[in-house]
Amino acid sequence: MTMFASNASAIRMTGVVKAFGAVVANRDAFLDVAPGEIHALVGENGAGKSTLMRVLAGMYAPDAGTVQVNSKNVTGWKTQDAIAAGVGMVHQHFMLVPTLTVAENVILGMEPRKGMQVDLHRAVIEVESLCRKSGLHVDAKAKVADLSVGEAQRVEILKALYRGAKILILDEPTAVLSPPEVRDLWTVLRALKADGGTVVLITHKLDEVIAVSDTITVMRGGMTISRFATEGTTPRDIARAMVGRDVQLHLDAQSSADGVSTAAAVATPTPTPTVTPVLRVTDVSVMSDRGTRAVNDLSFEIRPGEILGIAGVEGNGQTELLEAIAGLRAMQSGSVQLSSQDFGTRSVRERADLGLSHIPEDRQRRGLILDYSIADNLVLGRQQHFGSFGALDTARIAINAVEQVRRFDIRPAMPSLPARALSGGNQQKIVIAREMGREFSVLLAAQPTRGVDVGAIEFIHAQLRLARNAGKGILLVSADLPEVLALSDRIAVMYGGRFVTVLPAAQCTAEQLGSYMTGAAV
Amino acid sequence: MSSGMSGGTSTGPATPPREQQRKMQSTGEVRAIVQRLAGGFLPPLVALASAAVVGDLLILSFGEAPSTVFRLLVEGTWGNAYGIGQVLYKATTLACTGLAFALASRAGLFNIGAEGQLAAGGFGAALLGTLLPAGTPGLIAVPLCLLAAMLVGAGVGAVPGALRAKFGASEVIVTIMLNFIVLAFLNWIVSSKLRVPETLHTLPVVAGMVPRLADSFAAFRGSAANFTIVFAVLAAVVSWWYLFRTRSGYELRAVGLQPDAAEYGGVRVPRVMLVTMCLSGALAGLGGMNFVLGYKGYYEEGFAGGAGFLGIAVGLVGRNHPFGILGAALLFGTLSQGGLAVNAIVPKQLTDILTAVVILAVAVAVPEVQKQLRAAAANVTAAFYRDARNDVS
Repeated sequence: MTMFASNASAIRMTGVVKAFGAVVANRDAFLDVAPGEIHALVGENGAGKSTLMRVLAGMYAPDAGTVQVNSKNVTGWKTQDAIAAGVGMVHQHFMLVPTLTVAENVILGMEPRKGMQVDLHRAVIEVESLCRKSGLHVDAKAKVADLSVGEAQRVEILKALYRGAKILILDEPTAVLSPPEVRDLWTVLRALKADGGTVVLITHKLDEVIAVSDTITVMRGGMTISRFATEGTTPRDIARAMVGRDVQLHLDAQSSADGVSTAAAVATPTPTPTVTPVLRVTDVSVMSDRGTRAVNDLSFEIRPGEILGIAGVEGNGQTELLEAIAGLRAMQSGSVQLSSQDFGTRSVRERADLGLSHIPEDRQRRGLILDYSIADNLVLGRQQHFGSFGALDTARIAINAVEQVRRFDIRPAMPSLPARALSGGNQQKIVIAREMGREFSVLLAAQPTRGVDVGAIEFIHAQLRLARNAGKGILLVSADLPEVLALSDRIAVMYGGRFVTVLPAAQCTAEQLGSYMTGAAV
Repeated sequence: MSSGMSGGTSTGPATPPREQQRKMQSTGEVRAIVQRLAGGFLPPLVALASAAVVGDLLILSFGEAPSTVFRLLVEGTWGNAYGIGQVLYKATTLACTGLAFALASRAGLFNIGAEGQLAAGGFGAALLGTLLPAGTPGLIAVPLCLLAAMLVGAGVGAVPGALRAKFGASEVIVTIMLNFIVLAFLNWIVSSKLRVPETLHTLPVVAGMVPRLADSFAAFRGSAANFTIVFAVLAAVVSWWYLFRTRSGYELRAVGLQPDAAEYGGVRVPRVMLVTMCLSGALAGLGGMNFVLGYKGYYEEGFAGGAGFLGIAVGLVGRNHPFGILGAALLFGTLSQGGLAVNAIVPKQLTDILTAVVILAVAVAVPEVQKQLRAAAANVTAAFYRDARNDVS
C-alpha cells in the first residue's frame, strides 16, 4: 500500500489477521503511526479496532502479519514486553481497585520500597509530580471509589505513564465522559504529544477525530480502508469511508432525492390525522446507568404499517430509550402509550400482553437463555400463556416449538437443543420467531441483524417488511446505516439523547445521515 | 444408483437432503443424550474412585488391609438392617439440606445458611411439639410441626433473600453470618428459658412425634430411621416438579442462568430471589424434623452438627438435581455411618477424609461446580466493591 510513506514509524502493523473461531476480527489490517502524533483509529462497532489495538498491546498474538514498534519487529509479544517497551493501553473498562487510593493504584505492581515496606509517602510524591507534569489533575490521596468516571480515567492514564509509556493507546476514552471532561482529556493528550509521546485513539465519534487527531485510519469489516491527514478532511469524508460507498446499493429506488434536500424543509411530516398512532412516546427522559441523562425529553409517534428507523452512533441513548419503552428501565418523566393504552408503571409482562414485542440488542445477554432449549426459549416472556395453575404445559411448548422452528427455519430443527449450540443467525431467528410469531402491534427491533450471516439478514429483513405490511408499527434501531436506509419509512437521527432530525427515508442519503450522526449538522 | 441405497455409504449429492438431515438429527440427539448422561454420572464416579484410592493409601499407612476395612465399612452400613437404618436416618437430614442448597443454587444464589435454617426448623418443630396438648392426634400434630419447621426455616431464609432482593447484599456473606446469629440465639433461648435442668435440650415433645421405621419394620430396631424420610423423598419429588414443570421453576432457573434475560422475559428477579431463599430455608428447616420429631423428641443444642454445611457438598455432588441429591445424600450418609463401623481398626476420621476427597474431586472434576464456586466468589467481591462505592457516595 502506498499510503504508508513515513520511514521511521512509531507503530507499523502490516497485514494483521486475527480470528476468534469462525469470527474474523481483523483481516489484512494495516496501521502506520508516526512518532509524536495523535492518531485516530475510527470505524463502526465490530470494525476490528479494539482487536487490532490488543494485538499491538500484546494481549492477542496475531494469526498473520507483523507488528513493529519503533522499527523493531515485536510480532506476538506479551503484555509485559509491551509495557517494558513503553506501550500502554487504557481500556474502555477501568481496571482499578476501588478501595485503594489513587497513588496506591498507580504504583500497584511496581511499588517504591523502603526496606521491606512499600514507601507510600514516596509514592504520593511521585504520583503528584507525575500529575503536575502531565496535567492530569487528580488527588493522589483520594480513594478511587470516590472519583468520578473522568478522574478514574485519568488514573488509568497515570498508571500507563508511571510505567513509562511513550505510546499510549486509548480505547473509546470519551464513551464515559461528559463534554467538559472530554475537553480536559484533549488538553492532556496534546500535552503528551508536545512531550514527544505518541497517542492512538480508538473512537467512532467523528467530531472528536477532527478535534484532536493529526492522522486518521479508518477500519471497516476488519480491514483498513483508508488513511487521511486530519487537516482538510471533513466528517463527511470519514463517514463515507466508515460506512462504505456501497451504501447506495441498498437504497434502490429511494435515493432519488440524492441528498439535495435540506433538513429544515422536510422536518417531521405531519401524521395523517385519521390514523391513530400505534405507539406514542411523549416527553420521555431516561437516565443511563452512570446517572447521566441518556434520553432527553424525546417525543415521537409510530403509525400502523410504519417502520421508524433510528440511526445514530451507539451510546446516544438508543439503548436506554428502548429499555424504557419495554419496561426494563424506569423513565424519569414522560409517557408511553401503545394504541392509546398508557404504559405508566406497567410491568414488562403486562406490556407484552398489550401487544409489545421486543428484539433486544444483546441476544446473548437479554434475548436468550443460552442453556435453555430452543423450545423453552421460544416461550420466554410468554411462559404464563403456556400452562395453567402455575404448571407448564410441556406438550404445548413442544408443539409451539415445532411450529416456530418450521415457520422461521431455525436450524438445526431440534427443539431440545440448547440455544447455545446454534449459530448467531439461528439464535437470532429464535428471538425473531418468539417476538414476531405471535400477536403483537408494536415491535422494538434493536440491532436485529447484528452478527448474523447474510442469509439470515435477508430473512430477517423480509420478516420486518412483512410485519410492516401487515400493519404493525416497528421501531428499528440499528448501527448499520444501510439497514436503516433500506427498511425504514421515516428515519430519525439520534444524538445526545435527542432526535436531531426526522426525515422521510426517501429523502435521505447515507452521507447526509452520517453528518447528522456526528452532531455536526445540527 | 437409487437414492435409498446411497444414504448409508456416502454423503454424496444423491442423498436426499431431508433424509440426510433426519439422520444427522437422530445421531445428534443420541449424542446429546449420551453426553448428558455421561456428564451427570461420570463426575460422581470419578469422585468415588479417587476417594477409594486415597482411602486405600490411608488404610495402608495404618498398617491394615484396605479390603478388610472396606468390607467392614460395607457390612456396617449396608450389611444389616440396623446399618441401613442409620444410613437412611443420616441421609434424610442431608437430603433436606442438599435440596435447600440446590434450589437456591438453581436461582444463582449460594445458600451457606442451611446449618442455621436446619437448627431453627428443628427448634420450631420442638417448640410447637411441646406446646400442643398431649392428646393431639398424630395426623394433626405431625403436619402442624412439619409446617412449623418449614415456616421457621423459611423465615431464616427470608432474611438473606430480602437483603439480596432489596439491597443487593451478597447472600453468601449474609447466610454465613446469620448462621452464627441464629445458632447463638437458639442456644441462648434454650439455655436461659427452655431447657430441662442439667441438660442442653428442651422439654420432650408431647404430641407430633414421627413414627420410627422400626415400628413398621421390626428389622430396623435400634436405628434412628423414621418416617421423616418419606417427607424428604416427597420434598425431592416436589422440588423436581417445581423446578422443571412449573412456571415458577422455569423463571427460577432463568434467574440463575441469565438474570438479564429473565428480566427481559417479564420475570421479577428480586421477587424470585426472595421466594427462592424462603423455599430453600423451608427445605433445610424440614430437615430439623428428622432429629427432633423422628429421633430424640426434643431440640438439643448443636443437633445440626454440620449437616447444613455438608448439604452444600450433597448439592454439588448431586449436581443440583433433586434425584441426584437423594443419591448423594445416601453416599454421604453411608460414609458418615461407615466411620463408626470401621472405628475398631482405623480412626473413624478416615471417612471424614473420604468425604472431603469426594467433595474436592467433584469440585475439580465438574466444570459447572467450578463455575458455580467462581460465581459465588465474584458475587462476594462485587458486593464488597459496591459497598465500598456506596459508603462514599
